[in-house]
Amino acid sequence: MAAHLSYGRVNLNILREAARKELREFLDKCAGSKAIVWDEYLTGPFGLIAQYSLLKEHEVEKMFTLKSGKLPSADVKNIIFFVRPRLELMDIIAENVFSEDKMHSSRDFHILFVPRRSMLCEQRLKEQGVLASFVNIDEYILDLIPYDGDLLSMEYESAFRECYLENDQTSLYHTIYGKGDCARHVANMMLRMKREFAGSQNQILPVFDTLLLLDRNIDLLTPLATQLTYEGLIDEIYGITNGYVKLPPEKFAQKKQGEASKDLPTESKKLQLNSAEELYAEIRDKNFNAVGAALSKKAKIISAAFEERHNAKTVGEIKQFVSQLPHMQAARSSLANHTSIAELIKDITTSEAFFENLTVEQEFMTGVDTDKVNTYIEDCIAQKDPLIKILRLMCMQSVCNNGLKQKVFEYYKREILQTYGYEHILTLNNLEKASLLKLQTSSRNNYPTIRKTLKLWMEDANEQNPNDISYVYSGYAPLSVRLTQVLARPGWRSIEEVLKLLPGPHFEERQQLPAGLHKKRQQGENRTTLVFFLGGVSYAEIAALRFLSQMEDSGMEYIIATTKLLNGTTWIKSLMDRPESQIS
Amino acid sequence: MTFITANWNPLGEAFYRKSELYEMCWNLRDGLRDCLVAAAPYGGPIALLREPVRRSPSSRPQLEIYSASGVSIASFPWKSGPVVHLGWTVSDELLCIQEDGSVLIYDLFGSFKRHFSMGQEVVQSQVLEAKVFHSPYGTGVAIVTGSSRFIMATNIDDLKLRRLPEVPGLQGKPSCWVVLNQDRQTKVLLSTGSELYILDNTSCTAVSLPGLAPQGGSIVHMSVSFSYKYLAVLTDSGHLWTGPSHLQDKMSEVDTKKLTPPKQMVWCRRPKSQQPSVVLMWDRLLMVVGVCQDTIQFPTEDQCVLVGEMDGVRIISSTNQELLQEVPLVCQEIFKIASMAPGALLLEAHREYEKSSQKADEYLREIKEQSMLGEAVSQCIEAAGHEYDPNTQKSLMRAASFGKCFLTDFSPGQFVTTCRELRVLNSVRESSVGLPLTHTQFKQMTLQVLIDRLVYRQFYPLAIEMCRYLKIPDYQGVSRVLKHWASCKVQQKDLSDEAIARAMCAKVGDSPGVSYSDIAAKAYECGRTELAIKLLDFEARSGEQVPLLLKMKRSQLALSKAVESGDTDLVYTVVTYLKNEMNRGDFFMTLRNQPVALSLYRQFCKLQEQETLKDLYNQDDDHKELANYYVTASYREKRLESRLSLLQSAVDEYNKAKNEFSAKATEEEMRLLRFQRKLDDEKGAGLLELSLQATMEALLALGLYKQAEQLYRDFRVPDKRYWWLKLKSLAEKEEWDELEKFSKSKKSPIGYLAFVEVCMKSNNKYEAKKYVSKVTPEQRVKAHLAISDLDGAADAAIERKNDSEIATVLSRCSAADRLLIERLNRASTAKK
Repeated sequence: MAAHLSYGRVNLNILREAARKELREFLDKCAGSKAIVWDEYLTGPFGLIAQYSLLKEHEVEKMFTLKSGKLPSADVKNIIFFVRPRLELMDIIAENVFSEDKMHSSRDFHILFVPRRSMLCEQRLKEQGVLASFVNIDEYILDLIPYDGDLLSMEYESAFRECYLENDQTSLYHTIYGKGDCARHVANMMLRMKREFAGSQNQILPVFDTLLLLDRNIDLLTPLATQLTYEGLIDEIYGITNGYVKLPPEKFAQKKQGEASKDLPTESKKLQLNSAEELYAEIRDKNFNAVGAALSKKAKIISAAFEERHNAKTVGEIKQFVSQLPHMQAARSSLANHTSIAELIKDITTSEAFFENLTVEQEFMTGVDTDKVNTYIEDCIAQKDPLIKILRLMCMQSVCNNGLKQKVFEYYKREILQTYGYEHILTLNNLEKASLLKLQTSSRNNYPTIRKTLKLWMEDANEQNPNDISYVYSGYAPLSVRLTQVLARPGWRSIEEVLKLLPGPHFEERQQLPAGLHKKRQQGENRTTLVFFLGGVSYAEIAALRFLSQMEDSGMEYIIATTKLLNGTTWIKSLMDRPESQIS
Repeated sequence: MTFITANWNPLGEAFYRKSELYEMCWNLRDGLRDCLVAAAPYGGPIALLREPVRRSPSSRPQLEIYSASGVSIASFPWKSGPVVHLGWTVSDELLCIQEDGSVLIYDLFGSFKRHFSMGQEVVQSQVLEAKVFHSPYGTGVAIVTGSSRFIMATNIDDLKLRRLPEVPGLQGKPSCWVVLNQDRQTKVLLSTGSELYILDNTSCTAVSLPGLAPQGGSIVHMSVSFSYKYLAVLTDSGHLWTGPSHLQDKMSEVDTKKLTPPKQMVWCRRPKSQQPSVVLMWDRLLMVVGVCQDTIQFPTEDQCVLVGEMDGVRIISSTNQELLQEVPLVCQEIFKIASMAPGALLLEAHREYEKSSQKADEYLREIKEQSMLGEAVSQCIEAAGHEYDPNTQKSLMRAASFGKCFLTDFSPGQFVTTCRELRVLNSVRESSVGLPLTHTQFKQMTLQVLIDRLVYRQFYPLAIEMCRYLKIPDYQGVSRVLKHWASCKVQQKDLSDEAIARAMCAKVGDSPGVSYSDIAAKAYECGRTELAIKLLDFEARSGEQVPLLLKMKRSQLALSKAVESGDTDLVYTVVTYLKNEMNRGDFFMTLRNQPVALSLYRQFCKLQEQETLKDLYNQDDDHKELANYYVTASYREKRLESRLSLLQSAVDEYNKAKNEFSAKATEEEMRLLRFQRKLDDEKGAGLLELSLQATMEALLALGLYKQAEQLYRDFRVPDKRYWWLKLKSLAEKEEWDELEKFSKSKKSPIGYLAFVEVCMKSNNKYEAKKYVSKVTPEQRVKAHLAISDLDGAADAAIERKNDSEIATVLSRCSAADRLLIERLNRASTAKK
């Protein structure tokens, strides 16, 4: 069921298999029946590693969500807590354990820390006097979760917000390029670890030729823009979490003849999205405007395939037709699903509001009137549109203008505080700290220079048959991906000047490899680069990288890893602070 | 060369040979008489405890430790209680089992390591006899006590004492007993003379030897083979019974015709043994009794000790040491007189070749005709492995190399490996090193263990040389040796810290896998803190340095190392430690020098200790953060007054931070809150905590226009937003007159299209129409369309001669509006 992970140049399924194996080993350590108490945040990522059936095979009989108070009763021998190493969770666990002991005493407790064991947490448990109640305390190193054949994510939601964590897959990389402070920090750490662990690890043939570390803060613009690929739009509108999307059910009702459409399902429709689905793999990275054509083409192929049955004369032919049926039916239902999704999205993308919003975004990106108060933003505030939408646009304007003029800046801030409430002053401060919003300090605006040199705006973006990555934003070529592209050819030396304009240092390190480990490349075999986005990556950027991989003359394949899959909305949300009022 | 079979003795169909390993380097005045002797297998060390002639407190026995070649390693007077038994563990540690049941453990160099006891009851009843045995679980000890009970520990490193069941009718010690290892269980087989019992964890079972002749008599001696698979039993009538140790079968029964019990009895076999035997030793006689009933007798002059090995028996006397073993089959085939085995012919061929004789060719041809050359080469290589004498090894290897020349596809692997291994073996067999290992033993022991043994004996240069020669990956080889060397070095009290650190750095350098922190921990254990710190500096993994540094109370250093490691958890650990250890001021100062630790600590405080957070900001004069802190804190207050006072603090801090905007915004919020509270009190409006916009909205909805107006002016709300707000609010309440009045109050900053659209949203076309005329020309078409006035829209569009507007109007026309469509089309074409 996870076959789609192994299609790529680098087989990421082994990561998943390793993770599964480790999980099984841990479960087997606790003999007898078990109940798992989940830190709710972890259920999503774990779903990508192991289904309930796997847990069941290892005698997991019950699953609960971690909450304070008493544990639900369950007739099991072991209670296992799957938690992130967070102090507040430790307090809940302690409470659970305390209330438990009075009733039973024969149940064993275990803790599995994901992704790291923490002395601090154990200390807290000790202070609470429950540490001794645990038979097993273990860690489950779930760093990079494979999402797709070419995509890994740490799903560390606050990575951008906090400082970045280390990553210890040193043996995988061969050459390191990077841009950004944090990238530099990570690279330093990796090189040191490489030295520390030298010799202790088996010498592994490097899978990747190049590792490119990119800080999110060198390209703050891209995630702010509305993504215009199919997958990007699904994420923008409905939000994709852990590879699943929840959609409004109306469009998915089974329309059977004669049946009244009274009983519409009320629960939202949950769909898994990954490249295991042939059709989805084909259209996910297309510009949405090209999706309709692709879907109708597919529809024709499928109905033609179904028509085949009339041509099937001999028994052999019929048999062959029947054998293909399941596959065809799956294709048909997949087509139906995506047609419905496309219709849902179309309703939104054709709306005036969407259009206006996009127009403003594109004006900013092309540098039109970025130094004035934008009337659209003003109107949106007056209409009390969602705050995040306003913040996205504002940040975008600020980024495209290398900061806002004091008058403009304060006007916006006042408007927000007056309309949405004073408490957002904290959020605004945060955005300022992250340089998403800033005051223009010098009169020089770097952005146009960067845009021109790196060709970030392509007037004639071809949405149907793209010839440049700019198609993912219908004109705007994501800066991060452009850097990646230039690195592959002709190299960063050609854009030295621009790199200096971007924040943070840029660097190149070459790891020394034992002679025997140099890969012998076959003629025509592509080089592989692992692009690691520190602080998150959007689906449109992923689409653009995939596009580069597929370009015939690129000679480079990209595997993408990140701390978190994000879009403008989730990203801004992670930076917001909202105190809860206590006044009753 | 011809004499190679000189020391061969036939036994049944096989041969036994006794070859000298060493002339012992030791000089024992009284020989091995009256000594407790323990010699470890695999060429292990020898321990001697000489019993003083008379037991008196003044004359203490001397405990001496020698290498297998008799080189003295340690010697010291025995000061503890009377020793019953000596034995060696698998990791070359000496076990001294005392009468009172305590077991003292010494290392190879005679330094005391630790001790354990075989149980409280033994102190009373005393140990009568003890045995040390080896099993897959490690080294074990079994004793029989004065109250005739067996107590056993199967692994002394994981001590679990097992008291075995009582043996019926046993008084004192049994006549003889052995420890068996069967089916992953350790048992004791014992004889009370006539009866034979097996003791396991739970039961004591009487057993009998299958096929032992009735006249056999009672059992006086037992011996179990190296692999625990075979058992030999000697009766008082001199009959030797042999069979597998599970006692289901009998292999043979031989009458030794000796009625005195032997001093020692040991199995002598080898893997794939053709002719296993048991070696019995009396005072002046050594008898090899084959299972085939054949015997060989060697006279001995001196007191000897037999050491059973997996492929033979070592015979240690006070002057020399010999290895008695069955000649391996391959050696028999090559060296047996008139052998025609391919290996023998190849050896002969090579010998002739060296003599430049053409006979070489004849021999070779003979082997080749039978296509046995490959076999011949293999035989020579294998035999070389089994030979102890380097010259014999060489001639066999040369023959093999010679034969190899005539083979095209013979893999050199076996030849190269054997060459290397022989060089290694020859070097450890050197008398100065004293590890008389056979090739078979070496293979069983593995190279890893051999290196360990060399390291235990502190033959560091040899071990390193060997690792390099055999190209063992550094991590398993050189580094491991260096690690041992280093932890031994730090214990050398006569060297200064500086000298040791320097030597350490020079030797160990950056060798992968050597953990400086482990070495430092060792140094710290020996009380050399300064040295430990010096050594920790070499540690690459900062994370590893931290725990030890904390232990040594170098917390500041620990903190910077933790930060360097990038391990958040580690930093937190040190920070928590520091927090408890230092006073607050010092603690903050320390953190201040470590920005990473500080920011991590801030995060921790944000979640756990808000108050501390404030102190931190205060100390840093970080007014902005302090202000933010007050803002956050204000929301936690339950009373408006306290919230306001916190907000006032925030204002002060924002001012200090020169953040005028925020200060002002906060002041405004305070004003708003007061205003809301006042109105809530007066009118019960429920405004508190609403945003300004929402407050005005609520006021308008309540019809409190004046108050709304007041806010609008007081807070300098932009006209546009206020107009929107009022427009929507009035339309919602359908106060159309008020709306009209409002529209005329001054020129609308949001234009009049908004009025049209908002009215239409309330489905009031009548009202909407009022504003259409006021709309700017650019929006007029849109306005007309909004009220579905196609004609008006068409007029406006035609008037403005705007193609796209005409097209917009056209798109809204239905078929019924034929006339209009024509008009529009005309206008459109007319323009062109």
